[in-house]
Amino acid sequence: MLIPCPHCGTRPVEEFTFLGDASVKRPASNDPSSMEQWYDYVYLRNNPKGRFDEFVHHSGGCRAWLVISRDTETHEVFGCVTVRDYGKTKGGKA
Amino acid sequence: MTSYRLSSGGLIDRTASLNFKFDGKSFTGHPGDTLASALIANGVHLMGRSFKYHRPRGVITAGAAEPNALVELREGGRKEANTRATMIELYEGLTAQSQNRWPSLDFDIGAINSLASSMFVAGFYYKTFMWPKSFWEKIYEPIIRKAAGLGTASKEADPDKYEKAYAHCDLLVIGSGPTGLMAALTAGRSGARVILADESARLGGSLLNEREEIDGDSGIAWADGVIAELGSMPNVTLMPRTTVFGWYDGNIFGAAERVNDHVIAPSPYEPRQRYWRIIAKKAVLAAGAEERPVAFGGNDIPGVMLASAMRTYANRYAAAAGKSVVVFTNNDSGYRTARDMKAHGVHVEAIVDSRSESKADAGGVPVLRGRRIADVGGKKLAAGIELDDHTHIGCDAVAMSGGWSPIVNLACHRGGRPAWNDQILGFVPPDTGKDFIVAGAAAGRMLLSECLADGARAGTLKGKAPATPKCRDEAFAIAPLWWVKESHGKAFIDYQNDSTAKDLPLAAREGYRDIELAKRYTTTGMATDQGKLGNVNAIAILAEATGKSMEQVGTTTFRPYYTPVSFGAFAGPFHGHHFQPVRKTPLHDWADELGAVFVETGLWMRSSWFPLEGEDWLAAASREVVATRERVGICDVSTLGKIDVQGKDAGAFLDKLYCNTFSTLAVGRARYGLMLREDGIVYDDGTTSRLADDHYVMTTTTANAAKVMAQMEFAHQALFPELDVTYVTVTEQWAQMAVAGPKARATLQKIVDGLEMNDQSVPYMAALEVTVLNGVPARLFRLSFSGEHAYELAVPADYGNMVARAVMQAGDEFGIVPYGVEALSIMRIEKGHVAGGELNGTTTAADLGLGKMMSSKKDYIGRMMAQRPGLTDPNRQCVVGIRPVDPQDRIRSGSHILKDGDRPSMAADQGYVCSVAWSPMLNMWIGLALIANGRARHGEVVQVWDGLRGHKVMGEICDPVHFDKENKRLHA
Repeated sequence: MLIPCPHCGTRPVEEFTFLGDASVKRPASNDPSSMEQWYDYVYLRNNPKGRFDEFVHHSGGCRAWLVISRDTETHEVFGCVTVRDYGKTKGGKA
Repeated sequence: MTSYRLSSGGLIDRTASLNFKFDGKSFTGHPGDTLASALIANGVHLMGRSFKYHRPRGVITAGAAEPNALVELREGGRKEANTRATMIELYEGLTAQSQNRWPSLDFDIGAINSLASSMFVAGFYYKTFMWPKSFWEKIYEPIIRKAAGLGTASKEADPDKYEKAYAHCDLLVIGSGPTGLMAALTAGRSGARVILADESARLGGSLLNEREEIDGDSGIAWADGVIAELGSMPNVTLMPRTTVFGWYDGNIFGAAERVNDHVIAPSPYEPRQRYWRIIAKKAVLAAGAEERPVAFGGNDIPGVMLASAMRTYANRYAAAAGKSVVVFTNNDSGYRTARDMKAHGVHVEAIVDSRSESKADAGGVPVLRGRRIADVGGKKLAAGIELDDHTHIGCDAVAMSGGWSPIVNLACHRGGRPAWNDQILGFVPPDTGKDFIVAGAAAGRMLLSECLADGARAGTLKGKAPATPKCRDEAFAIAPLWWVKESHGKAFIDYQNDSTAKDLPLAAREGYRDIELAKRYTTTGMATDQGKLGNVNAIAILAEATGKSMEQVGTTTFRPYYTPVSFGAFAGPFHGHHFQPVRKTPLHDWADELGAVFVETGLWMRSSWFPLEGEDWLAAASREVVATRERVGICDVSTLGKIDVQGKDAGAFLDKLYCNTFSTLAVGRARYGLMLREDGIVYDDGTTSRLADDHYVMTTTTANAAKVMAQMEFAHQALFPELDVTYVTVTEQWAQMAVAGPKARATLQKIVDGLEMNDQSVPYMAALEVTVLNGVPARLFRLSFSGEHAYELAVPADYGNMVARAVMQAGDEFGIVPYGVEALSIMRIEKGHVAGGELNGTTTAADLGLGKMMSSKKDYIGRMMAQRPGLTDPNRQCVVGIRPVDPQDRIRSGSHILKDGDRPSMAADQGYVCSVAWSPMLNMWIGLALIANGRARHGEVVQVWDGLRGHKVMGEICDPVHFDKENKRLHA
């Protein structure tokens, strides 16, 4: 698989480390009432068949955390942005 | 010995002779020969023995699918087992040995299996060797292991080099037959970057094997013209001797190039093989089609081979498979063999055609229609045939054709399943998308004109496909024939694994009706050829036995590798010292000079102890501890992860990473920090120092240095991007040494420039930027892991050895010793400091006795989840000290703790010992343990039970600080 890193260009998958589902959002609150959100954030991950946005770290390259959008069945890559840019678009779009 | 070399023709160089040896006998051949063709030309038809029955076998094919003629090629460290004689280019001095026979190929004791063959049916192993159970490991398996296996591996190291390489192209063309050449030519002429790869030494594919006419000339002449043109194009790369073995995600192809398999030894500057990763914008699979055998009695006797193989040996290698030939076919292509052999002057007795009619040109050879070969006579060479109507015909060679299977392997490597085509009676490739096109015979197009047109289309990257040259087409018509059931002898489906046509209905009767189950039960398709020849026949016979269609039975899964790839090619240059990098600390040379014993810790080489004459590791480490505690010691701690953190929000960032607070740390001071995971479990620890308002240096454990860095990058980029902070790993930029003991200050005072060291100028937890040895920049930290009055001194890496030597010199008058990580570890256990054994991914800050460090005034990673009831339960296992009641007893790491009187059980388990050491200060074994509600149980006597070593002692739970509980030495 090849991943189009926004900094380094198209690079082989071996340079990257995957962290899974990029849809999770760290809760802002430390209030005990937010515990359910924290459980979801720490433990709930989607693992769909088909299109999926995932965190990847270009650990063997520019060290940027990225979000790659790919098809988990065909491994077709639809796009890849830095995690900062991903955060800027509402709901996220890699 | 009679020569089977034809007097003229063939793509061999008759002006040169090559000497080679097979099973110790000398032969000659010509450049252009394969080992198989040269053996045939020398009248050697017996080339191997089969796996199970040890039946005599000759070649069946002239290519990559060969299941029988497997040999051990070369000798010594270069020996390669299970090499296909059909793919070995002949070279001067070649040596090869036959396999799977004893004492000789001609007389093989193992062939006795054949007499007992009624026993050796499918599932034989499962049925026979099950009882008694105790016999399996001691008796059955060793015997089976000895009898099984083909060639033997060399036990010597491979002296040759292997490489890995990458290539990129607009179009990768796999296969250089008419389809592939046309595709490469079309794309090459358009200026695209083209790679043309073919497994053979000579490009041209089937055009080299067949007598074709293209553009009014021979197929070979046309191919040579195209190859010459492609060779002259700078945008085209020709890769002969290269097998493209797999299709992967992102249109990446794996390929093995046999750079120097055709010479005795590679030049010292060249690899034997090269492992390619080819990244192709588009690719064309033009792999052609594989001819199928027919299942009839004795279809494995030497002299029986595929019809296409027989004419390939004659046309390309000028080698006659026999003196008198019978052709047996269910399709038109078999007729070509009869005509070609006749044209070469070989007598063709008859064509036996299973169909009642055919329009194919027999070239004057008699055709017996509607008839089938039931059995072949002979043992080590075919001696006549018997038809299903009991007619006998004399011959010494049989050419068989059961039809053609498109070589769809690569097209199915990413999960697609091929579909059955009733017109050509073969599986055709699935949809492979727009960037991988299957063309020509591989796509089921059986006419030459279709192949050329298909190649031209596939090679057209934009615009209209060019016109293709005129050619002569051979008719192609076929009627099903899989198995001649009138046969008396064994009719083989998978030659290499000796599975026969009868095994498949047997498997179906015994319930293995699914193709994947039948495959495993009968071992059909599980040999090194992976069913290239036999699988479609097996599917057809299973379909009949189970009353299903070919489509319903389907194929087994196609996986890389198309043909076997050597381990050397996978390893490439990464073996021995090149397998992984060795990390040496900046103080390595200094430690080495002092006789350090180094131990690998991850990639690091750490100095572990510094033995004097006659000392073992324990004696050396114990002496180092005592000397450090009594006088002064120096230890290399450079492997600790060091991360430089700068920026306006550096403090705020560290507050997020650690459970305790760093934004309040005073400049010039250090603080111990504890990092949690987001689930509330402890992740890492270390000291962090503040050198300026916006400048911190943090340290991590050696093991977690890289992981913590990645975690910081995630925290900053994904979670807290608003923080203005930068950070970089400086682990390798700084040499760091701990100087510990009552004389540490006096020692360092001698090398530090212009600083009167005392408790005011360098208080406990001070972090100062100083210079040493008249101007060497340094960082001086007053930190202690040993519990002694101690410092850590960091200097730029290149100064490390010099400064360490200077410290040794300065400490000489005090009796300084170097100490290693063993002594370091003993001292930290004496002091109850937690390390890897306790920070083991199950413990919370409170478990470690560090619960008070968790801030309640700020958000940090792990804060919320650390408050979960399960992580705050007072009955959790927490860190305590453990020591034997009888000081003579030894406590071992990993032992479990049981209440006095309890029997070992999961329910009775109280915890376990995580770290132990022999304490030279206390003269006994001491340890740290994780014990349920342990802090409330100091003084309790428990069993320390080591079930693994069958060992039990009584121990006492105690405070984790075994030595100097009041910390008097730290502040001395």
